[in-house]
Amino acid sequence: MNASKRKKMSLSKRHNLTGWGFLAPAAILILIMSFVPMVKALILSFQTGIGANMKPAGLFNYQRMFQDKVFMTALKNNFLYLIIQVPIMLILALVLASMLNNKDLKFKGLFRTCIFLPCATSLVSYAIVFRTLFAMDGFVNTFLMKLHIIDQGINWLANPTTARAVIIIALIWRWTGYNMVFYLSGLQNIDYSVYEAARIDGASPFQSFWKITVPLLKPTILLTTIMSTNGTLQLFDESVNLTNGGPSNATITMSHYIYNMSFKYTPNFGYAAAMSYLILILVAILALVQMKVGDKRE
Amino acid sequence: MSKGKKIFQYAFLTIMSLISVFPLYWMACAATNKSVDVIKGKLIPGTYIIDNFKNLIASQNLGASLFNSFKYSIILTLISLFVCSLAGYGFEIYHDKGKDFVMNIILLAMMVPFAATMIPLFQMFSKAKLLNSTLGFILPTISTPFLIMMFRQSARSFPHEIIEAARLDGLSEFGIFTRMFFPTMRSTYAAAMTITFMNAWNNYLWPKVIMTNNDSQTMPMLVANLIEGYVTDYGMLMLGVLICTLPTVIIFFLLQKSFAEGITGAVK
Repeated sequence: MNASKRKKMSLSKRHNLTGWGFLAPAAILILIMSFVPMVKALILSFQTGIGANMKPAGLFNYQRMFQDKVFMTALKNNFLYLIIQVPIMLILALVLASMLNNKDLKFKGLFRTCIFLPCATSLVSYAIVFRTLFAMDGFVNTFLMKLHIIDQGINWLANPTTARAVIIIALIWRWTGYNMVFYLSGLQNIDYSVYEAARIDGASPFQSFWKITVPLLKPTILLTTIMSTNGTLQLFDESVNLTNGGPSNATITMSHYIYNMSFKYTPNFGYAAAMSYLILILVAILALVQMKVGDKRE
Repeated sequence: MSKGKKIFQYAFLTIMSLISVFPLYWMACAATNKSVDVIKGKLIPGTYIIDNFKNLIASQNLGASLFNSFKYSIILTLISLFVCSLAGYGFEIYHDKGKDFVMNIILLAMMVPFAATMIPLFQMFSKAKLLNSTLGFILPTISTPFLIMMFRQSARSFPHEIIEAARLDGLSEFGIFTRMFFPTMRSTYAAAMTITFMNAWNNYLWPKVIMTNNDSQTMPMLVANLIEGYVTDYGMLMLGVLICTLPTVIIFFLLQKSFAEGITGAVK
């Protein structure tokens, strides 16, 4: 009995080791590709210099970014996109999902496929499509002029306000269906009879949306909010390819500016690393706040 | 629901569907038309696609970019699926306090913005002479917390009896993974495959950083190059965008269910 117990111990020990062996490649890769660079970036952010000639700089980089007008514009832009685009998109996605969850709806599959389709396009592709649609000689101007809504083409991308609006419209177009899929899969876990009972009790669709759908989908809403916040603070492809940050850096995002600072202008890795750490801190703080707020309403 | 509300609902969904599809339809039309017709707002497919194609291959190395994009994306998808599913399986089947702790740390990596690791990664990779290489493209995204979590979640539904029975039959632990887990989890693998391939194909920032050589560039980089000149040939530009979009759109239509599962996969 003693011997068999010992054998069992060694077997579970061996399984334990096998488990570590299975997860080791993935864990080591994440360590080297995420955590090591993170620490290196932190060290870099306290240094200054051009290219490989770095010397210690204390908090210089961090002070510099708050006096850097372009970076401040970029920070404001990221928050503008976040505050305007994310709520519109998530509410729209939620409304669409609850409409498509209706059992009596016809052409459900067709509607879902159409609204979901923008997700299949790459960020570069859709950014360029929108840039072309909203160009001076693009389709939107031609269309509006044909309808006599405007007499002259609007130079959408040359004006900071309209250029930002185009980025927001494009983002909503690309990501609404994506978020809708999360809500649809969340709605599948809600028993449909709840809605029928509410209807029999005289609840309007609007009431059952606010009283049933929203509370029950709360974890999913929280998740999509965190993901969208994270994504919006890291916007890059759209800023580069839709407006190229222009007119004169008015629509540039933080990631775009960090890229320019590292690889387009004379490389200043220390300063770029400090700016990237600000994004990291913002992402962490906002995720924490959202999780706190999400918990409270329970 | 009253008739008015019903009509409103169908009208709203129809308009949203049209808005969602229109830019893609317009792109496909523009790819087959002359640049001047695109500017005039022509909305029906034309016959100029071959000329657009000739102009495109004359100005850009389309063949190499397509080949590179397929090569990088397929290799990354295969390796990533293997590494992450093995890890997800390991985390779940042999779980204990230590492994759960490591998993939580890995999940933290999800929050790290790419901008914060990009510069040190570039320095590390240029020191290791990995610029312009397939390995350079794939290394940072082989192991992702998202995929590990997705496979850990699916391993939770893998019956322990199968494992016990396979052990009694003398199958090795790795054998159980490849011969038992892999075949039963086909749908998870399909979902993981679509999402990984799409992300790899569409990735733009990282290849832009490390593919310094024109011959190593990917399709999204090629498309982005097309808008750099002062005069834009819209027909040619949209043909480039169309070619860059086609593989992912085809996957989308063939595997829509897997794709939806891939997106939401890790959160179930």
